[in-house]
Amino acid sequence: MPAVQAITEQERALLNSYQRDFPLQARPYAAMADALGMDEDALLAMLRGLQERGILGRVGVTVRPNSAGASTLAALAVPPARLDAVADQVSALKSVNHNYAREHDFNLWFVLTAADDAGLDQALAEIASTTGLTPIKLPLDAEYHIDLGFTL
Amino acid sequence: MSESSDLLDETDRRIIVATQGGLPLVAEPYGAVADELGLDVDDVMARMQRMLDGGLIRRIGAVPNHYALGYRANGMSVWDVPDEDISEIGKMVGDLDFVSHCYHRPRHLPYWSYNLFAMVHGRDRDEVSDKVERIAKLMGIKDRRHEILYSHRILKKTGLRFTA
Repeated sequence: MPAVQAITEQERALLNSYQRDFPLQARPYAAMADALGMDEDALLAMLRGLQERGILGRVGVTVRPNSAGASTLAALAVPPARLDAVADQVSALKSVNHNYAREHDFNLWFVLTAADDAGLDQALAEIASTTGLTPIKLPLDAEYHIDLGFTL
Repeated sequence: MSESSDLLDETDRRIIVATQGGLPLVAEPYGAVADELGLDVDDVMARMQRMLDGGLIRRIGAVPNHYALGYRANGMSVWDVPDEDISEIGKMVGDLDFVSHCYHRPRHLPYWSYNLFAMVHGRDRDEVSDKVERIAKLMGIKDRRHEILYSHRILKKTGLRFTA
């Protein structure tokens, strides 16, 4: 397990302030630097440092779910002895973009994406035939929290 | 398909594909994206603003790796609440600052009786279970049953992606 990374207060302030509302202007890092009382080069160096240490994944856009097709959460109850093998089979599918092992009878949880709902059902049928296990399909009915990042 | 994706043209899609993996850490990142795509920088920024306003782009920002920062426990709390109350309860739970995602999903009887999912993060499992207890107290008798499914391994995580 990789070590927990310590961050400075200034780094924390940067990450907390800009999980959303990253400036949409020609020189966004200069605008951020101004707001935090730094200069642009120092701020860029700080972001690169955070990225090199594995703390910052990226600075980028987050797209609303289901805006470019269909997606669903699905789960499998895998016999524990087969978990690793089945997890690999599921992760290998291009349509799977999150796959978590969780402690429960339903112990493998994944998010599937496809062009449309029929594509999701096709992928689930493929998983059923490859693994011999029947996935439950748990698509989104409603979302009660807009993911805007959370305070570190 | 949602309305806003109907309004998304090929250039918009290219911009999403070019920026979702991360903006370059250079002084003029939108300019760099525009150059890469052979577009005008003002056009790129105007299109991104329109997609933000329309809700297709949910946010532009820094995406930290919570795991590296010590948020080692990730608990998916799942709840069986009365269907007629789910909208009210969902909003109440979704408003909590320690809940990162809150969704209504269909039950899958008889195998799966939970209809509300709330993702709770913490530095360890005690922190997560304390937070889940706070949710249970808020729900009172509307909480007919709940469980916490801890993740013990992240096997794949690529983010929700548009493909080129």
